[in-house]
Amino acid sequence: MTKPPRLLSVPATHDATNRSIPKAPTGIAGFDEIAGGGVPRGRPTLVCGAAGCGKTLFSLEFLVRGALEFGEPGVLVSFEETPAEIAANVRSIGFDVTTLLEQGMLAADYMQIDAGLVRTGAFDLEGLFARIDDAVQRVGAKRLVLDTLEVLFAGIGDDGLVRSELARLFRWTKERGLTTVLTGERGTMSLTRHGLEEYVSDCVVLLEHEIVDRASSRRLRLLKYRGTSHGTDEYPFLIDEYGFSVLPITEMSFDVEAPEERISTGVADLDKLFGGGGGIYRGSGVLISGSSGTGKSTLAAHFAAAACARDEHVLVFGFEESPQQTIRNMRSVGLDLAPYVADGRLTFEARRPARQGLDNHLVRMQRLVEQFHPKLVVVDPISALLHAGSELDARAAVVRLSDHLKARAITAVFTSLGSGEQQQDGAHVYVSSIMDTWIDLRGIESNGERNRGLHILKARGMKHSNQIREFVLGDDGVSLLEPVPGAIGLTGSARIEHAAELRAKRLLRDREIQTAKDALERRRRALESQKENLVAEFEAEENKLRAMIAEAELLAAEDDRTRRLVAEHVAAPGDKKSP
Amino acid sequence: MTLRREFLSDPEDGMTAGREPKYRLRLYIAGNSPRSRRAVKVLRKLAATRLQAEAVELEIIDIYQETDRARQDQVIGVPTLIRELPEPLRRLLGDLSDERRVLMALDLDEDDEPEA
Repeated sequence: MTKPPRLLSVPATHDATNRSIPKAPTGIAGFDEIAGGGVPRGRPTLVCGAAGCGKTLFSLEFLVRGALEFGEPGVLVSFEETPAEIAANVRSIGFDVTTLLEQGMLAADYMQIDAGLVRTGAFDLEGLFARIDDAVQRVGAKRLVLDTLEVLFAGIGDDGLVRSELARLFRWTKERGLTTVLTGERGTMSLTRHGLEEYVSDCVVLLEHEIVDRASSRRLRLLKYRGTSHGTDEYPFLIDEYGFSVLPITEMSFDVEAPEERISTGVADLDKLFGGGGGIYRGSGVLISGSSGTGKSTLAAHFAAAACARDEHVLVFGFEESPQQTIRNMRSVGLDLAPYVADGRLTFEARRPARQGLDNHLVRMQRLVEQFHPKLVVVDPISALLHAGSELDARAAVVRLSDHLKARAITAVFTSLGSGEQQQDGAHVYVSSIMDTWIDLRGIESNGERNRGLHILKARGMKHSNQIREFVLGDDGVSLLEPVPGAIGLTGSARIEHAAELRAKRLLRDREIQTAKDALERRRRALESQKENLVAEFEAEENKLRAMIAEAELLAAEDDRTRRLVAEHVAAPGDKKSP
Repeated sequence: MTLRREFLSDPEDGMTAGREPKYRLRLYIAGNSPRSRRAVKVLRKLAATRLQAEAVELEIIDIYQETDRARQDQVIGVPTLIRELPEPLRRLLGDLSDERRVLMALDLDEDDEPEA
């Protein structure tokens, strides 16, 4: 037996602990979060709305999930449809009521009211009690559904009697601790046609269904919920092949952890522009804005590819291109997404924006996020959601989606049509304020060309470059060109020309330098040889002079000796020592 | 849902055996409540006074004892008297205190005197 897909619930983010009564979880996506855990345990809850609003489905899902997911058998008391009819209706959303009946997890009793009964006197509705009691005992039921009590009123025709019997019935269910969901039809004067809300003082769920701009819009409201805190807004919900899904609007708490990890954008040059060169923060929101043809989808695809390369799951919501188109387009810049799609790392979900109401888109997207647990989500473009609803709604929708992803530390990459500060499209007027990083792509016109520039308008939590860098789609992906010194801001062929000029100048300069160096060398060498000559000359002279000096010194020495001898000799004859 | 036409228990006040009775009646009651007792009394009296010449098969079923039968017969209001025979099938809801209605439903003339 296939179980309906089990969706993870976000833990209740509002304070539902104090003063709250015990709850029985319904397992209905989104409902338990807004209802503080579920419907009041052991007590009756009224689900009312017009025909076709989803009351029966809500009550059935409560019962089926109760049995399958929470181990609580239940009893279905139907006044309108036979169990077989009901089983057939819900088979399409994956509920196998028949098997549950066979297994004794569910019991069902179809109460057929015969309006043509002849009245012969006083009576009560004890038959109802006896049959319900019997079914409850048979499966050990903890949950009970009564769908729909209006038929009982219509059939019996004695409102006073039915009312008092119902009061008795709910005393009975409370005694037995049966968590009961009853459905009622919307009345004109009162909430329900027969005032059922009087018996249900604990919890009333109102389901509304409108057609807005040719798209169906379903809303759920919790009207009364004594003894617990609950959101008081309207919550959009969706009924589709997965059953009932409620979208909690404003239940986001700001108590979310901010990861410190940095991840690559898929463009190495871009990673470097973020402080420290590590890329963006995991779990942050990135907005890529730009006018048509600036390469937003391509850049977003790089983020996706980088995540896939890290073995992470990526979910891409496309509103303009089919997945095949996208894959083909990315291949032309050397980005091959096909293998990631094949092995399940990359999942595309493409829809036309106008096909569903805005709320339906949101619910669908959130539900797919719950189902696939991606680490990165791309919405291309988020401005397409404007076409699905009014601007006010779109704004709220984007905030909701962004909150939903942040709470799960999923990195969000939203593209948006319209250039950065011009805000023509309107979508990113408010989106940009909730996104952490804003990359703007712009066309730069000059010299009869239009080239692409990338500019980081903001990056919360880190330093970022404020340059506009030229951004090129090449055969192996996106790259950012280095800014040219002295001429920052040139793009395209002007840049190429300028670069060539610079190169030429440089060559010239180099040659001049070389010439000067050569001249110097020559001078040095000339000097060297001159020096040698001089030295040689000097040495020759030196020798000559030294020889002369030596000779002169010799002569001088001779002279001295002679003088001395002469002096001595003279003194001898002059001797007075004669007789 | 179709009504089953089989008898599971012996007729309580069985009259004649062997033939199809003229009247086959089933009274669903809720235990020993005053209303239920009243209905049984009225019905028995009726059978004794107006129908004693006929073959009557009367079943008195307690919805607590035989809830499955109550379900099969789609009994919600109690007491419920089901007239299976003679056809057509008629369902009477109430404690049978409205004699006129009961007689009409059983195709008995009000003014008929019981046979002495």
